[in-house]
Amino acid sequence: MSTALTVNGRPQAIDADKDMPLLWALRDELGQTGTKFGCGMGLCGACTVHIDGQAVRSCITPLSEAQGKRVTTIEGLEADRTGRAVQQAWVALDVAQCGYCQAGQIMSAAALLRGNRRPTDAQIDEAMAGNICRCATYTRIRAAIHAAAKALAAGEVR
Amino acid sequence: MNTLQDTNPTALDGVALNRREWLSLLSAGGLVLGLSATGELHAAEAAKFGGDAMPGGLVDNPLVFVSVDPDGTVRIVCHRSEMGQGVRTSVPMVVADEMEAEWSRVRVIQAQGDHARYGNQNTDGSRSLRHAFDPLRRVGAAMRALLVQAAAQQWSLPADSLVARRHEVLHPASGRRLGYGELAAAAARLPLPARDSLVFKRPQDYRYIGTGRVRLIDSPDIVRGKAVYGIDVRLPGLLHAVIARPPVLGGQLKTLQAGAARGMPGVLKVVELKSSALPPLFNPLGGVAVVASNTWLALRARDALQIEWAHGEHASYDSQAYRQTLEAAVRQPGKVLRSQGDANAALASASKTVVADYYLPHLAHATMEPPVATARLVDGRCEVWAPVQDPQTTRDTVAAALGLKPEQVTVNVTLLGGGFGRKSKPDFVVEAALLSREMDGRPVQVTWTRQDDLQHDYLHTVSAQRLEAALDAQGRPTAWRHRVAAPTIISTFAAGAKLPAPFEIGMGAVNVPFPIPNLSVEAAEVSAHARIGWFRSVSNIPHAFAVQSFVAELAHAAGRDHRDYLLELIGPARRLNPAAELKDSWNYGESPERYPMDTGRMRQVVELASRQAGWGRTLPQGEGLGLAVAYSFMTYVAAAIRVRVSPSGAVQVLQVDMAVDCGPQINPERIRSQFEGGVIMGLGLALSGEISFKDGRVLQSNFHDYLVPRINEAPKSIRVHLVPAADYNQPLGGVGEPPVPPIAPALCNAIFAATGRRIRQLPVGDQLKAG
Repeated sequence: MSTALTVNGRPQAIDADKDMPLLWALRDELGQTGTKFGCGMGLCGACTVHIDGQAVRSCITPLSEAQGKRVTTIEGLEADRTGRAVQQAWVALDVAQCGYCQAGQIMSAAALLRGNRRPTDAQIDEAMAGNICRCATYTRIRAAIHAAAKALAAGEVR
Repeated sequence: MNTLQDTNPTALDGVALNRREWLSLLSAGGLVLGLSATGELHAAEAAKFGGDAMPGGLVDNPLVFVSVDPDGTVRIVCHRSEMGQGVRTSVPMVVADEMEAEWSRVRVIQAQGDHARYGNQNTDGSRSLRHAFDPLRRVGAAMRALLVQAAAQQWSLPADSLVARRHEVLHPASGRRLGYGELAAAAARLPLPARDSLVFKRPQDYRYIGTGRVRLIDSPDIVRGKAVYGIDVRLPGLLHAVIARPPVLGGQLKTLQAGAARGMPGVLKVVELKSSALPPLFNPLGGVAVVASNTWLALRARDALQIEWAHGEHASYDSQAYRQTLEAAVRQPGKVLRSQGDANAALASASKTVVADYYLPHLAHATMEPPVATARLVDGRCEVWAPVQDPQTTRDTVAAALGLKPEQVTVNVTLLGGGFGRKSKPDFVVEAALLSREMDGRPVQVTWTRQDDLQHDYLHTVSAQRLEAALDAQGRPTAWRHRVAAPTIISTFAAGAKLPAPFEIGMGAVNVPFPIPNLSVEAAEVSAHARIGWFRSVSNIPHAFAVQSFVAELAHAAGRDHRDYLLELIGPARRLNPAAELKDSWNYGESPERYPMDTGRMRQVVELASRQAGWGRTLPQGEGLGLAVAYSFMTYVAAAIRVRVSPSGAVQVLQVDMAVDCGPQINPERIRSQFEGGVIMGLGLALSGEISFKDGRVLQSNFHDYLVPRINEAPKSIRVHLVPAADYNQPLGGVGEPPVPPIAPALCNAIFAATGRRIRQLPVGDQLKAG
């Protein structure tokens, strides 16, 4: 009954029902609470993680689907240069208000920038439309994604 | 005239609270009605306003708020709850600036619930800086004075020969210096300076206040997933619980089959939580709780419960039918709240009248972090961790529920993943405390799902309003009659309450500054069938929607430019006494002398927003510019919104210009962010937000049917134009809520300008798409 996977570069063996959504496995079994619960139906994006580099909604991804795979959560994002660029832009522009949705926003943004180095406004809106922010920090999210893209292109991200 | 000590029941609203209780209820200055969990009301103290009138008052003892470590780290207590308005940054920032501490060496400590120690902590009503700015300046100035005095003693020099600057005290004449860390212990032993001896910094010397350059204190943790919200609290042995709650207000458990649930893996207990009799107060709704070893197992087991409910008296609540009730109510005379001249006669005899009916549905807060709380019981004490806006009321309510004294309850305030008023009500914390007791004191975290949150909210009220005006030959209103029908927030606290409270009508219904000779504002008696609560800007939402839409309708009927008409209606620049002239006895709990309604400031924001938006220029086909102004929480806001409406009726918001006069701007960067976000929240409630009922139950269950704005619906451009204040001694206005009220009317005025179609019911939804 144990699922083996790598989380933020570390091997983990999670003893839980294979149907358990990855979200709850991360939060309750591993105690990694950076990934958030917002809706449980894949509608709000707060639970976004990367599995083998792809953004997925962990609240509707059963643990079995993560078996043997590399999971990256917000807690491990800084290991990646694109991730760091996004985090730095978020801090520089004071994107967050309450901040609860921002882990999911950042994970979605990082996945966007890995696949598209200079997204347009329309591409940002399309990629990020699955991430709800009730504080509505959207105008700054857009600006921060542009800023991160620019910084990456200019080689300014360590 | 009854005195404050009169205990004869008053017929007001047909509710049997005595007059003293009503006055304290209504003079509490904010949206927590001074009502403790046991139903005792805090004593009214006449002629106290603002922060002085709030439970707990204001505290400015520097040693309560500041401590300095030997290494110079300055720890500043934040006694207000952080829900995105930046209070955990702005509150310590004021102290740091006044005491000349380096922001990089400041650490913020979140206060536990203890208003006797910290002063009022109820983070609601856009009051944090409005009430606490001066006390916080005194804290910083007093701390600075203590540090200087400590150095003076150490050096045997007069204090006035020393200067506190950038985390150290200097003797310029000799170059001697001591860091705050070296002085801290001695400073803490000194007697506190007298208040009237405190010297504030000059604004030109501010490093942080007013600059908008202070980075958010929690940003680094947020972007790394380290920030701890209520839902993230983890304790050894933590159990997780979810609750199946009665779907209808006032419902009770009838039958329960829990055998399957009890047998499921990880389930420790299935237990009934009793439902209290109405009124709701902050009581848990009751129901059936599942306690398990993790959240998902608890959720799965809850799904396996077989429950029958006795729904009770509200089982037929139906939004469509209730709308008929509300709309019928405003076609009749109501209780007169404010009257000038004779509006009825003027309307009856007028040759030209305009009438409009406006309807707004219930709204849910839908904070991204749903309600959640953690509690444990140890040695007869209860400790809770929760994202609460009102820590003291949480403490009192939990204590009462457990039969403890408040001193036996510790409330640890976490970050809030959104508040908007939902987390002022600690029902969800009581749930955790009761379940911990069921589990012999073991720590239990109760998590609400999104469906729980939407279906068991303290909802923003539903409303119907009728506005009628008589126009003279020049198109100016000679009569104005505004009738409101909306279940009152008081219904949550007093059974049978059917009329709005002064604080509800003081949010834009009675306090219109228009010098119309015949004016009547009336309220109908209507009952509540849901838990009614307060949602970011509260009754300002329906009142501003109706009033500001109606003014645009009058302008159109008069064939006049709306902006000019609005300015003419506001009248010349003057200061109105809210109580004496506008029948607003509440005035947000503030002194009418200190906070008059200033029509000059109202005119100024109208002019600023409209000018910035390019009012008057010809727009392309399908585009329109709409304008609205709202005064709320002592702040003047005008919104100018430009929309494009496609031939198929799709609304696109192109640009929003907000003009804001909130008095002194302590953290302009967070003011801007509150307005950027509040604009979008206002657009969302106007365009798509709706909670509706059928057979007593909320119909919506998640974000697929309760629609909130997403990034692709956000305007390309939101510009916030801040009106500078004269100086920092001017009274402050609030910032958290004022962005919201003018948005819906400005949007609908823009839609009218673009299409000629007038929206009078929210949400806009598909109304423009039909035919």
